[in-house]
Amino acid sequence: MRHPELGAVDRGRVLRFVFDGREFSGHPGDTLASALLANGVRRVGTSALLGRPRGIFSAGVEEPNAVVQIEEPFPEPMVLATVVELYDGLVARSLSGRGRLADQADPARYDAIYAHCDVLVVGAGRAGVAAALEAERSEARVIIADSGAIGADWPGLGFVGGPESVGGLGLAGGPGSVSVDALVGPETRVLARTSVVGYYDDNYLVAVERRTAHLGLGAPPEVARERVWRIRAKRVVLATGAHERPVAFAGNDLPGVMLAGAAREYLVRYGVVPGRRAVVFTTNDSAYAAALDLVAGGVSIAAIVDSRRAPGDVWANRARAAGIEVLAGYFVTEALGDGGVSSVLVSPRDSVFSSREISADLLLVSGGWNPVVHLFSQSGGTLRYDDSLGALVPGESPQAVEVVGSARGDIDHGGESLWFVPADDYSRHFVDLQRDVTVADVWRATSAGLTSVEHVKRYTTAGTAHDQGKTSGALTAALVAHAIGAEPGDVGNTTFRAPYLPVSFAALAGRDRGALHDPVRITALHQWHVDHGALFENVGQWKRPWYYPRDGEDMDTAVLRECRAARQNVAAMDASTLGKIDVIGPDAAEFLDRLYTNLISSLPVGSIRYGMMCRPDGMVFDDGTAIRLAEDHFLITTTTGNAAAVLDWMEEWLQTEWPDLAVTCTSITEQWATVALVGPGSRAVLRDLAPTLAVDQASFPFMTWRDTEVAGIPARVCRISFSGELAYEINVSSWYGLALWQTLMSRNITPYGTETMHVLRAEKGYPIIGQDTDGTTTPQDLAMTWIISKKKPDFLGKRSFTRQDTARPDRRHLVGLLPQNPTTLLPEGTALLADGQMVGHVTSSYTSPALNRTFALALVAGPHPTLTTLTGTKADVTSPVLYDPDHTRRDGNPEEPHNDTDTVDQVKDASAKRAAAARSTPHDTDTAARAGGLADGVPAGEVVAPAAAYGRFAVEAGSPGPERRSPLGGFSVEFDGLRMNEIPFLTQVNVRSAEALTPPNATVTAGETVTAWLGPDEWLVIGAAGARGVDVSAQRTAIRVTGARARELLAHGCALDLHPSAFPDGRCAQTLLARTQVVLIAESDGFLILVRASFAAYLAAWLVDAAAEF
Amino acid sequence: MHPDRMWRSAEPRKSYDVIVVGAGGHGLATAYYLAKNHGITDVAVLDRGWLAGGNMARNTTIIRSNYLWDESAGIYEHALKLWEGLEEDLGYPLLFSQRGVLNLAHSLQDVRDGVRRVEANRVNGVDAEWLAPEQVKEVCPIVDVSPGVRYPVLGATYQPRAGIAKHDNVAWALARAASDLGVDLIEHCQVTGVEVTDGRATAVTTTRGRITANKIALSAAGHTSVVAKTAGLDLPLQTHPLQALVSELLEPIHPTVVMSNAVHVYVSQAHKGELVMGAGIDAANSYRRRGAFHIIESQMAAALELFPVFARAHVLRTWAGIVDVSPDASPIIGLTPVENLYLNCGWGTGGFKATPGIGWCYAHTIAHDTPHPLTAPFTLTRFTTGALVDEHGAAAVAH
Repeated sequence: MRHPELGAVDRGRVLRFVFDGREFSGHPGDTLASALLANGVRRVGTSALLGRPRGIFSAGVEEPNAVVQIEEPFPEPMVLATVVELYDGLVARSLSGRGRLADQADPARYDAIYAHCDVLVVGAGRAGVAAALEAERSEARVIIADSGAIGADWPGLGFVGGPESVGGLGLAGGPGSVSVDALVGPETRVLARTSVVGYYDDNYLVAVERRTAHLGLGAPPEVARERVWRIRAKRVVLATGAHERPVAFAGNDLPGVMLAGAAREYLVRYGVVPGRRAVVFTTNDSAYAAALDLVAGGVSIAAIVDSRRAPGDVWANRARAAGIEVLAGYFVTEALGDGGVSSVLVSPRDSVFSSREISADLLLVSGGWNPVVHLFSQSGGTLRYDDSLGALVPGESPQAVEVVGSARGDIDHGGESLWFVPADDYSRHFVDLQRDVTVADVWRATSAGLTSVEHVKRYTTAGTAHDQGKTSGALTAALVAHAIGAEPGDVGNTTFRAPYLPVSFAALAGRDRGALHDPVRITALHQWHVDHGALFENVGQWKRPWYYPRDGEDMDTAVLRECRAARQNVAAMDASTLGKIDVIGPDAAEFLDRLYTNLISSLPVGSIRYGMMCRPDGMVFDDGTAIRLAEDHFLITTTTGNAAAVLDWMEEWLQTEWPDLAVTCTSITEQWATVALVGPGSRAVLRDLAPTLAVDQASFPFMTWRDTEVAGIPARVCRISFSGELAYEINVSSWYGLALWQTLMSRNITPYGTETMHVLRAEKGYPIIGQDTDGTTTPQDLAMTWIISKKKPDFLGKRSFTRQDTARPDRRHLVGLLPQNPTTLLPEGTALLADGQMVGHVTSSYTSPALNRTFALALVAGPHPTLTTLTGTKADVTSPVLYDPDHTRRDGNPEEPHNDTDTVDQVKDASAKRAAAARSTPHDTDTAARAGGLADGVPAGEVVAPAAAYGRFAVEAGSPGPERRSPLGGFSVEFDGLRMNEIPFLTQVNVRSAEALTPPNATVTAGETVTAWLGPDEWLVIGAAGARGVDVSAQRTAIRVTGARARELLAHGCALDLHPSAFPDGRCAQTLLARTQVVLIAESDGFLILVRASFAAYLAAWLVDAAAEF
Repeated sequence: MHPDRMWRSAEPRKSYDVIVVGAGGHGLATAYYLAKNHGITDVAVLDRGWLAGGNMARNTTIIRSNYLWDESAGIYEHALKLWEGLEEDLGYPLLFSQRGVLNLAHSLQDVRDGVRRVEANRVNGVDAEWLAPEQVKEVCPIVDVSPGVRYPVLGATYQPRAGIAKHDNVAWALARAASDLGVDLIEHCQVTGVEVTDGRATAVTTTRGRITANKIALSAAGHTSVVAKTAGLDLPLQTHPLQALVSELLEPIHPTVVMSNAVHVYVSQAHKGELVMGAGIDAANSYRRRGAFHIIESQMAAALELFPVFARAHVLRTWAGIVDVSPDASPIIGLTPVENLYLNCGWGTGGFKATPGIGWCYAHTIAHDTPHPLTAPFTLTRFTTGALVDEHGAAAVAH
């Protein structure tokens, strides 16, 4: 029933909704609960275990009964009717304790944002708003958050229903009321419909804002439905209020039994008259205020049943003056009715058998008030049991937090603690309404010997439901105390855990879904692969071309074709994903000697060596190549998946164990695009494309590198092979990667992917770390004893090789396998048995076009000539090197006549150019290959000594020649208050210096050059030619974000406080933005983001997505 | 359904034959089997808090035995066989439900590792199947197996005999049975030190006094290293929080248990209807039973990748356990350099499923002062010899 005048709903508008199949109407400002009450709906649920009818019990987030299913606009399980704001077209239904998930994906958007403030106020009641006003006066940045729809149309009643409210209809503002409208600070942020749900260390709080659910069908699809606020506050004020608590008596779960403050709130806030004739059962003064308001609102109050023998005179007199009978020293012993309260049994507390039945359709209950201490407890705060309140109140917290208002226990209701009404039978005294837990259940637990509140909770399930015991927790503890003869304060409480209120999975997932679930890394050639039909393999976060099917080819056919091209002609692969690390410093060689199992320091400048790293336990960790650029300067490569791990590994050892070594490591993976040019025809291609390079075997032997130009692009070419064929790895600035690739492809060279790479290397018996090893494999197990230096005094893993088990002769070791049926392909992972015992497993298995049969690699213990699978397939054990065991093809096809026709003059000319290039060449490069047979591959070639390896390495802009491409292709986009555009082709040099080039966390600008602090000895010099350091110009690209909303945009993905007071113009940081590593520089009108090239497309997509609401 | 009495609440006596430190699932199972299998009933199980209030009350209740290595399969399969008769043995409902476990593969290497594990399981007599994506969909229709997702499901291992049980019931049933056989269960009795005399453990000091014992068996999960330290033992353990969460009750939607290592989440739907989910460990070392929030956020993002229909389910509660992780992600069980002091720790994120199995074998170890054959590979000395049981590698799903 709706009161003709009261309430703040907008009666001028009608909203239609459906509940349990019936059509109803309500008004803007209603909750689903208030609208149901206004329509006379009493039953809103069926209890889960006992099937009893349940009605609306509260008016807020503590509701245990009115947990409903939203069906339209989109199914959402288990939401509180007391919280759902009514909208037109809402379809909901009652539940029996369990909700229903949609059978399709949620189309809504979700969002997260970081926020920083001086003061976070939780709760916008009277105490909270007062605290925020106070904070505004002294501190700049205030956030106030409240679960309710605070704002212009909020009634502004402060603590409606709160115990400190005065009676007599505190309408129209009432005494002491405040509103968030009073908050006008320029840095004040008012977050309505925002529940703070978690309080973590270092004053990190998590809140969830419900942004569009209340708009129903009118919710704009581009607006995130919910937003997680990740708030870092210097100080927190908890004004979280108090929850009224019930008393357990028989039938206390019937519809029509309602918390007294809730009834008052329905009347005052929503103009809903929750019943015609009410009995009020209270232990304290606060329910008198409710009773008086309800009388004024037209509800007949049959009696106030006050458990206290001597209620406070002031309130009792007021009630009597209003014509209400006050029964002091009485209990309600039972609520009666069929499907809802129709009468109430009351009796004097000292004479429970002389009961009197009072007709009523509403029974209002107040057992006192519990301060909402959940967040305070989560903060690490201690709780204290307050005897006068019969409730836990905040004690001390290790964090900067203050509790104000009723949340602190500032509640003066003159009440007594009454937990349950004595009876003979407690099987209908409900404690946890949602779980159907009764007093009898609790006592069954205690009589079973369970005395811990945790055990009782778990045994009875009290407090484990949707409301997490908000109305039942204190009661359960008190009942346990009663049962074991303890004081309520002595049994403690179950832990208050996040979230304070239920939070949707989708809100927590935020925008990390679908294409943005995890950053996608791509190479400079990626779009070409896409355009040419490549299928991709996920390798870590990278997308690598797997194979390139042509014209309906299946995978096997495509891979066979690609393999043949590499073995018989010439083929090319994008190898850019391999990790590349620049290692420089006087101790670089010593450092690498300690990391790798083999000797690196003996490597001549100009040469390349395959190396392996082990963990201290002697197991293989990673492999790659080391190329020596200068005496003090190396470039090492890692496997694609381990690039970050290897750099971490190097830094960990350098920083924690070997700080005395003078060496620095810089990731340059994205600086270079790498193309493996493979096959007997590769030399001819290279000769053609690099006319100044002497490509003959003598001039450019295996395992050496040369700087040259390929297709007019400055390039470092490495003669290494991961296929056994003559091969070159051509490294160019990733700006020119696509140009190089297109030039190669224009020559009808076959592109191949990772699958073909795997076949080619497996034919040669080259293991893949992580596929043919599993963390329990030593280099010896891979038959690579040759890679373990006997000269070095120590290296990581060395000491473990002599351990009892590691030195065991019968360890699993790498072998080749030939299925006896040459067309049988053994599935990778297949168990291998000898004499019925499992002795190993297949690690790699392929069909080989070169061998014209299937083959496999396996890790096998013991010498067995033949192995059997579980299905009985037999395979013969052989050497893992099945193709060209004598490495005759490494220098070109031995069966074809040598056609090295370089003239001496050409070679000399090339040599001179090479020297010139070396002087103006960066000291970074990359390679892809390694080779099991490389022990004998130490080069004897000419030593190029680029002593001065610092410098720039780029084709000058504007010069004719190959086209350079930036990772984002000139990305530029504008939104309201926001502009983003790529600043491509910035010159960037990573500089190490013992002397500070800038203050910490700051940039220094000199002319066109910006020097940005990266660390105590590391800077990024942007825009300057000639800086001495590692050229990283193509490693990252830049995105400039400008406009009034630039900071807001970045706050969606960056945990730093970017407010001008904390991150002013000229500040810089290495940080994470949308889970990508960036260098962030504050500028006068926004930010410059330097992002690794492989992440750039993902980050740009993320930024555009985050700007969807702009 | 529940009998009146769960277990005797005992006061500590001055002396026992065996003291078990830690009244979690492992400690209780150990005491139970000491009494049942070996007739050793002069046993006290001490716990610093309420009984089974540590990881036993916090795990996600997954039971499986499909581990890669023979040594692991041995102990976990022994446990699973015991699980299959445990309700009857203990005479108490454990809500043990063999609804199967899927371990999803999201990369080609995951596929290789999965096939390898399935085959190894079969050799070891552990039920295991390799499922293609469409078969995954048949077992669990709500998993998104479409190829368009960021890390598509490329297949899964499936162990039909795996499943879940109600952790509290397991603890209480073991406690009741042990108590009935004469074992003293002593709550709120924190062991503050192990006394060692002439290389022999002789007594523990506790917050409720000193108690002597002929044998002292540690079984304190994340705090084992702390207790062992008082006996002069440095254990190669790192202690981390491991978080889990639960949703509201939902109509049945998820018929099995799904675990994914690459898209890191594991989830089942409990009997009442709530989704029970866990993630990877918090990277930071900590003894606090609370983790960092971003772990929960990424766990939910992972969950929605695999189960888009979960979007509007709600997180009701999050919590953390304290897990003790060894260098090879396998437990450390058996004798120690200190005579009469026994060790059971390092179970990391996987201890619950082993409960009856480890109780059985640990009791044997204590009773005979010699390792049970099934736990013999899990010695402390393996970190010296190098004979690791590395479940980090190919068997990487750890829970």
